[in-house]
Formats: sequence, C-alpha cells, structure tokens
Amino acid sequence: MNTTSMRRAAIPLILFALLAVAPLASDGYTLSLLARAMIFALAAVSLDFILGYGALVSFGHAATMGIGAYAVGILAEEGIGDALVAFPAAMAAAGLFALVTGAISLKTRGVYFIMITLAFGQMAYFVTQSLSAYGGDDGLSLAVRSTIAGHRWLRDPLIFHYVILGLLALTFLFCRMLVRAPFGRVLEGAKENERRMRALGVNPYPYRLIAFTLAGALAGLAGALFANLTEFVSPAYLSWYRSGELIVMVVAGGVGTLYGAILGALGVVLAEEGLSLITEHWRILFGPLLVLIVLFTRGGLAAVLGGKGGADRG
Amino acid sequence: MSLALFLVQILNGLQLGILLFLVAAGLTLVFGVMDVINLAHGVQYMLGAYLMVTATALTGSFWLGLPLALVAALVLGLVLERLVIRQLYGRDHLEQVLATFGIILFVNEAVRMIWGASPLSIPMPQALSGSVPLLDGLNYPVYRLALIAVGLALAGGLYLLVTRTRSGMLLRAGASNAPMVSALGVDITALFAKVFAFGAMLAAFAGAMAGPILSVEPGMGDSLLILAFVVIVIGGIGSMRGAFIAALLVGLIDTLGRSFITDLLKLVMPAADANQAGPALASMSVYLLMALVLFFRPRGLFPAPA
Amino acid sequence: MAEPLLSIRHLRKAYGALQVTDGVSLDVRPGEIHAVIGPNGAGKTTLVSQIAGEVVPDGGQILFAGADITRLPVHKRARRGLARSFQITSVLAGFTALENVALAVAAAQGHTFRFIRPARSDRTALEAAAALLEQVGLGARAQVPAADLSHGEKRALELAMALAGRPRLLLLDEPMAGTGHEESAAMVRLLEQVRGAAGILLVEHDMDAVFRLADRISVLVAGRVIACGSADEVKADAGVRAAYLGDEA
Repeated sequence: MNTTSMRRAAIPLILFALLAVAPLASDGYTLSLLARAMIFALAAVSLDFILGYGALVSFGHAATMGIGAYAVGILAEEGIGDALVAFPAAMAAAGLFALVTGAISLKTRGVYFIMITLAFGQMAYFVTQSLSAYGGDDGLSLAVRSTIAGHRWLRDPLIFHYVILGLLALTFLFCRMLVRAPFGRVLEGAKENERRMRALGVNPYPYRLIAFTLAGALAGLAGALFANLTEFVSPAYLSWYRSGELIVMVVAGGVGTLYGAILGALGVVLAEEGLSLITEHWRILFGPLLVLIVLFTRGGLAAVLGGKGGADRG
Repeated sequence: MSLALFLVQILNGLQLGILLFLVAAGLTLVFGVMDVINLAHGVQYMLGAYLMVTATALTGSFWLGLPLALVAALVLGLVLERLVIRQLYGRDHLEQVLATFGIILFVNEAVRMIWGASPLSIPMPQALSGSVPLLDGLNYPVYRLALIAVGLALAGGLYLLVTRTRSGMLLRAGASNAPMVSALGVDITALFAKVFAFGAMLAAFAGAMAGPILSVEPGMGDSLLILAFVVIVIGGIGSMRGAFIAALLVGLIDTLGRSFITDLLKLVMPAADANQAGPALASMSVYLLMALVLFFRPRGLFPAPA
Repeated sequence: MAEPLLSIRHLRKAYGALQVTDGVSLDVRPGEIHAVIGPNGAGKTTLVSQIAGEVVPDGGQILFAGADITRLPVHKRARRGLARSFQITSVLAGFTALENVALAVAAAQGHTFRFIRPARSDRTALEAAAALLEQVGLGARAQVPAADLSHGEKRALELAMALAGRPRLLLLDEPMAGTGHEESAAMVRLLEQVRGAAGILLVEHDMDAVFRLADRISVLVAGRVIACGSADEVKADAGVRAAYLGDEA
C-alpha cells in the first residue's frame, strides 16, 4: 500500500471519527447544522456513485431526495408516522421514480442525459406544487418527527445525529462495496469506453439502470431524513437549483471517490453557514470560492487531501 | 376561448420564443463551438436588463441607453471570458458547471448589492408605447410587436452571419475541428473570445428588451437559463436553426399551455380536478416536450454532425 | 472443406449515394487467417463494423457458426465468441493492464453481474488475466495504468482483452497501425501463436504482415471484393495489381 492509497483509506475513517465525536463539542445549533450537512452528504454520496463511476450526471437528483421527503410528509399526514414504514416507503418511491425516469433517460448520453434528468426533475417539482391536499406551493409541515417502532427517539438531537451518521456510513460502505465489485467495474468501464464494453459482451444499460435506481432510493432516504430535520417538506426541495447544489458538492469534493462527496457536502454547507456569519452577502465570497476550486485544484477537495489520481477503486 | 384571445397568446408565445432564442443563440454557440457549458449565460441576460436600467436613467432615453448598455455588456462579456471562461476550455464539463455556477452566485449577489433586491423597471420608450388594433376588438401593444420584429430580424441576420460570412465559416469549422482551424493559422483564442462576448451581448440585448415588459430583479436570468438549455437541447446542441425553431416551439407551448390547458382539461374532467392539474401540466409542458423529443431523437431535432 | 465459421453473404451498406459495401461475400474457416486488404476508402472499417454489429447493413446476411447474426446487437455477438480489436486503440485508460484484462475475463465468464465481493478478490479472473498478459508479452507491465502504456503495448493489451473470452473468431482492425517495426514484428509473432485457436479476420495495411500471416486474402476496392485467394494468387491478379499494388509500386 503506497502513501496515496493509505491517505485515501484514512480520510473516510478520520471523517467518520470526527463526525462521531462532534456532538461532544457542539451546541444545538451546531448539531442541526451538522445534521443538515450529513444528510446532504448522504445524497451527494449517492450522486457520486452514479456520476463519478458511471458518468451519469443527474441534474434531477434533488427530485428523488424531495420525493423521499414528500413520502414521509404524506404518510405522516395520513397517520403513518413510523420510520420503519415511512423510510423504506420513501426509498421505494424515490427508487421507483428513478427506475422509470432512468429507463428513458439512459437512452441519451452526455449533456442530453443531464438535460433529460433535469426535465423529469422539473416535472416532479411541478407535480408537488399541484398537490393541494398536501400544501401545494406552500409545502407541508410535519407535526412530529418520525417515531422508530413507536418510540420518539428522533426528537433527541443526539440520537438523531447518530442515526444520520449511521445511515451515512452505511450508504458510504454500500456504495463502496458496489464500486469495488465487478458490477462497479462494468459501470466504470462503460464510462471510460462504452464501445469496448459492448465488444467484450457486456451491455451497460441494465448496470446503469440498477445504479441509477439505487442512487435514487438512497437520495430518497436522505430526503426522508431531511423532512425529519426541518419538520417540513416543500416543492423547493425538488428544484433544479437543489440538484445543481448537489452536483456542486460532488464536484467540489472530488468526483469518483465517494468520500469526496462527503467532504464536498460538509464543505459547502459549513462554508455557506460560515460565510453568512461574516456577511449577509455571503454569496459574493462563495461564488468566487467555487471558481477558485476549479481553477486551482484538479479533482476537488479529495485530491487536495488524498493526492491526485484517478477514481478510487480501492 | 375567443379567436382574439388565442391570437394574443400566440403573439405572446412568439415574443417569449424570441427572447429565448436570443439567449439560446449565445448558449448554443459557446457550447457548440467552444464545448463549454456556461451556466452563467443567464446572468448576462439579467445584466443586460440592469445595465439598461442604469443606462436609461443616465441618458434619460431608451434609444441612447440601449447602445450604451450593449457596449457595457460586451465589455463585461470580454472581461468574464478573459478572467474565467478562458481557463475552462478543454476542461471537464462538470468543472465548467461548478465554476460557472460560482459566477451565477457572485453576479446575482453583486446585482443585489448594487441595485438592491427589489424589482426595478425600465420605462417604455415613447415611440413604442400604446397599442395597435390587429383585429376587431384586439389591440396589441406596439412594443411587443416591435420586440418580435426585431428578434426575427436578428435571427435572420445571425443566420446570414453564420452561413454566409468568413467569420461564420470559421465558427462552424472551429466547432467541428478546433485544432484544424488553429493549424490553418486562425487565432482560435481570439475567435472564441469574440464568440463569447457576442453571445453575452445577444443575451444582454434580450434582457434589455425584456426590461420594459418584465420586472427587473436579481435571479431573473436563472429560470430563463434553464428554459434556454431546454431550447438548445431540443434543437440539437450547436445548431442555430434548431435553436430558433425550438425557441419558438417552447415559447408557444409554454404560453399557450398556461392559458388554455386548464380549460381544455375541463372538457374531459371535473372542473376542480382540472383546476388542480392544469397549472401543473402547463408548467410541465416544455419539459414533457423535451423528454419526448429526446426519447425519439436522443440528440435533438437538428443534431450537429458528429 | 470445413463449414465456414463466419460467412458473409451479399452484404450491402450505403451512406447516402455512396455504396460503401457493395455486395460483399466472404467467409472465414475455423482456424484460418483471412486478411482483407484494400486502398483507403475501400470500405474495410465499415465492413468490420457490420460484422461486429455496430453498423446495421442495408442488405445481405452475416452467418456466424451457422446462425444468422445480421441483426444481433454487439454484446450478444461478443457473447457468442466474436471478439474484436479496434482500429483506434480502445482500452480502458484509467484501469491498469491487469484490470483491463480481468474485466474482459469476468465479462466472458458472465461474472460481471455481481455486487458484493470486490473484483480484486476474484482470483480465477486475475490469474487468467495474468496468464493472458504473459502470453502477449505484457507480464511485467500488469500494474501499469493502460493510459501509460506505449502504443504497441496498448495494441497487445487489446489483443489480450480480445483473447480473454476464448473467442471463436477474432476481428482485428489494423492491429499494426501506428506501431513501429519492432512492435509490428512482435504482433506478427503473437498472431502466429494464436493462429489455429481461433479464426481471424485481419484487416491490415502492412503488406509484409499480411503476406506472412494470411491463409487467404480478399481484396476490397470501392466496396467490392475484386479478388480472393492465396497470397500468390492475389499478387498475380491483374485487377489487383492495377487497382491496388500498382499504386504502391
């Protein structure tokens, strides 16, 4: 094992260790900020799984996240407030949306894929706007956070913190397992050279569709958590701007590393918050920061911390 | 639904289509020729409107303000190209997305700091205010008609520029094979800078022209940018003709959808349901169109030669 | 005479008014090396693309091991034992040489639809891949990223990937193109080793290599086969001399 791969192995460990001890030094405000960052990290990891390893740049990933949030909100409105039902339902709904839209979108490539996923994301956005029974434009408030097997554990910020952290870690490990397995190799091989993969006898389409669906389901999980954090769901959760933010997190963190997506999400959420403490016009600083990341780092934050090089296939 | 109302909506759709075309033209040029995804193209449109606000206020005249605003937009386009965009040629599309997303945040915020967050307006030029009767009982604002006419003339001019002139030829050659064109002794860097600034000016022109009929506010370019992307994807990236046809199509479908879908739905479903589904379907219509087009033609209506 | 492995019957393909493949018929017998030569623009690459399945012919038939594969997609042809190399080197640049071949082996064995165990723990695929790299002379370069290999090494890597599926037919599109003298001599030696294990359809510009390797040669000019036979027969053919060899002399 050379130094690069050692550093790469160490980064996620250090990250998760820091997140695990963070509550010791955090007040309620910081905890809720961290919760927000980790939830976006979960969604960003699922995006990096398809974007970094399959070149499937979804510009509608926030839609799957939003569908997960709405699943929790709507079920709660209908009297089903338990996470053991609502969270799997959120993942199923988001995964189903990804499966159907992916089946169509994966016929296109490159920029056309980006735009057709945007189109489906926008459609979902406008559908939620029209759900007048569930708040329509104004969104929908959750009366309480989801229960877990009847217990109101998620009300406790500390427990909520570790639930999110645990799910983030599971998502990370799950995606890492997939990208290291032969399944992930095909995904990546097809990204590098689709023609070659076909000539080897492999049709990339079902691999991509499965990956796209799984990523959608995981984003749905992130959405379910986000609905619980904010105790609110609204169409804005599905907007193209949110999808853009997720892409920004993945790219700023470093594409094709999985932990880069976590770094990116933490970095973006914390930088937004930090800069907004300095000035209400924090975007005037944050915008150029993104430009500088592109101009002066190749491979995002992960490359800065973990050394340069291609995708991390462990 | 009367014939007059229908005609008015067709004209409104054309006018939105023309604005979209002016923004999409630059976007598709920059994308087709330089292979740069420029999310910041929408802020050029917004800047056009804001520059126009200031220029008309300074000169007290729409007609003096317009060229002033356009020149300022051109200069800003050149500066942006020099500072950031030039570093993005040949880079990964995602890095371009990230950097130009950063530019959007910056410019939107800068506009908010300079001009304030509340909507501004640009006074209608005296000569173009008022309306003309088109049919019995149908009056249509002169300004909007002028906007359509100017847009159509510009589209024609652009078409001639791209197909008939030496610069246009270089542009099309540069789009398909930049290394070849530069091997022939053409200064690609300078050509790209000109194309970028020209595209920025077109978008700014659209913003300046839209000013008197829409409200000028921070972020006004963002939703238009998304629609412009929809346009160039439907038209086929890099195709000027495709952008023109798709822009009119999107403009018409969006406008007519918002006006008539709810009424049409009422013919087939209870009014309450139609009132709920109609607006959603109308907002969705252009995205439905894009998904359908891409399903049947994965590279748009007029795919550029590979 | 053995039943042909690949049999092309009256294949036709036009791009607009240009008839790129104009009624081509030829076959490859098991274990045979059948070379296709012809001047630039003769339609060789289009022919290869139709056999591989990337281009659908306008008319005619492609039979492989007795079955009609004319409309079969690329990956299904590959699974039936039709492997290919590309004219422009086509390896997975971000993967190491070993990873390239191991993926090809896994694909051939149908082991790619697996989600849990890491690819690098698939011993059988790795061992088979290492053996193939050894065979094409890249044993010492196994851990080098494909992007960092020399051009000739990449061509050899492509061959190893093509061989990974134990193909019945190898479709080689100009394997010597762009290689130096040394490297093309090595490629000729390699193909001589492989000879017999699989039928080979060899499209190549390097005449020395073609005359050394080919059992039969078909000459393609303007989309038609104008001659087919042994090296000596083809060299002696007046039409070929006029249309092709004459140009080179």
